[in-house]
Amino acid sequence: MAINWFKYSAPSTFYGLAGKLIPFFAWPAAILFAIGLYIGFFVAPTDAVQSEAYRIIFIHVPASILSMFIYLIMAGYAALGLIFNTRLSSMMAQALAPTGALFAFISLWTGALWGKPMWGAWWVWDARLTSELILLFLYLGFIALQASIEDTRRADKAAALLAIVGSVNVPIIYFSVKWWNTLHQGATIKMTGTSMHVAMQQAMFIVLVACWLYVIAVALARVRSIILERERNTQWVNELKEVRS
Amino acid sequence: MSVGEFFAMNGYAFYVWGSYGVAVLVFAIEAWLVRNRRKNILRELKLMRLDTEENGDRA
Amino acid sequence: MIKLSLFGLLGLVVRRDLLLAMRRRTDVLTTLVFFVMVVSLFPLGVGPEPDMLRKMASGVVWVAALLASMLSLPRMFSADHADGTLEQMMLAPQSLSVLVLGKILAHWMLSGLPLALIAPVLGLQFDMSAQALWILVLALLLGTPVLSMIGAIGAALTLGLRGGGVLVSLLVLPLCIPVLIFGAGAVEAVNGGMSAVSNLALLGAFMLFALVFTPFVAAQALRISME
Repeated sequence: MAINWFKYSAPSTFYGLAGKLIPFFAWPAAILFAIGLYIGFFVAPTDAVQSEAYRIIFIHVPASILSMFIYLIMAGYAALGLIFNTRLSSMMAQALAPTGALFAFISLWTGALWGKPMWGAWWVWDARLTSELILLFLYLGFIALQASIEDTRRADKAAALLAIVGSVNVPIIYFSVKWWNTLHQGATIKMTGTSMHVAMQQAMFIVLVACWLYVIAVALARVRSIILERERNTQWVNELKEVRS
Repeated sequence: MSVGEFFAMNGYAFYVWGSYGVAVLVFAIEAWLVRNRRKNILRELKLMRLDTEENGDRA
Repeated sequence: MIKLSLFGLLGLVVRRDLLLAMRRRTDVLTTLVFFVMVVSLFPLGVGPEPDMLRKMASGVVWVAALLASMLSLPRMFSADHADGTLEQMMLAPQSLSVLVLGKILAHWMLSGLPLALIAPVLGLQFDMSAQALWILVLALLLGTPVLSMIGAIGAALTLGLRGGGVLVSLLVLPLCIPVLIFGAGAVEAVNGGMSAVSNLALLGAFMLFALVFTPFVAAQALRISME
């Protein structure tokens, strides 16, 4: 049975598919999150140097990794929308942006709360944290630009260009900040003392996967609303069960 | 570790629970915002539909 | 139709923009005054202690240069957009990238270049050494073109939008951070007794990289904003 995948590139068909898929991502996300945190809190031992405070890494590191990953995926979708003129791609980029920004925020918040007991300051100009802050600005710029342009197509394309330029810049920014940080002998947030216990790695990985599934679920849910907003004047939307009821 | 120790986190309770608390809060707020967005657009669509039924299609 | 070489076209665009700017001299001057004012505000805010000021100097001058450049960005395309010239430029057979490069060059000559030339005077306010001042000017000369180039992309994307200068700044400032880091870093290197060569070389590399790519990207941004 050949599935015509291309039919799902139309918003009208993707809407239904997305709705059906959400629970398959949301529930595993919640379960894996619980498992990962259980391992992180009850199986992984106390760190020799950082005591119990290190347990923040189980949310901090996945959030950081995902915030960067989401930015690239978002830029990728936006680029697809720009190059191939596919509306759904641009909608996916729009759907991912807020989640990415929130993960960047979580990364910064948890990083600050980790830094305070370890280095005595609420904000440490660590290369990674500083790059994370700049990434948050890039997200906010993307969202702001899209919100400021009335015409949807222009908004999508402009934001896509911005995201592409941002993606090219991210490695340059990271390298620059890293150099700046070493020059000023800033702190490096690292796991000191014992090398990473297996359980710590497991917990981090599981929480990472859990968050990734969460992102997919939220993006699918959000893109459904975006589809409805953009396609409000079409017949298929007005014939939907949820609109007729 | 005991339940007491779990909550105290060796004195780092504020930082550890402050981190996870905010993370969970952010997830909850995001889920609520997404659901709200959907509710709003559906309400708008229903109103549009009722309006069209009453007054005819003015598109 | 007049056949124009690459440089002929550039010269035409630059001369036109400079001429138009000279008729509205206040725009250029306000940018400079803003720059001077911002730099002067810092000692007022943090106190006149010479050692601290000397350490802060390059960073302060650079941040002020960034902000002043951002302020003048909307003007790059807005006037031509308003009176329809931009549309004509886009319809012209000549390469839009070259036209954009011309506009960037004119913008830099009206913002970055004057800033770089005034900077030594401001540096004296912070008791910077002669050697540091030299490097500051050199770094600014290498870095401010990059600000104009990246700024052009922002200005093109936000063409005609409300929120103007602030929105452009929001979009462009994060992208300019590497220039800030290495620009200010060049002076700090010299202050610390080391060579500024690596910083300046990187700034030069940024400039060349931007020179190759930004006119094209900004031209695409213009097409997106104008269609």
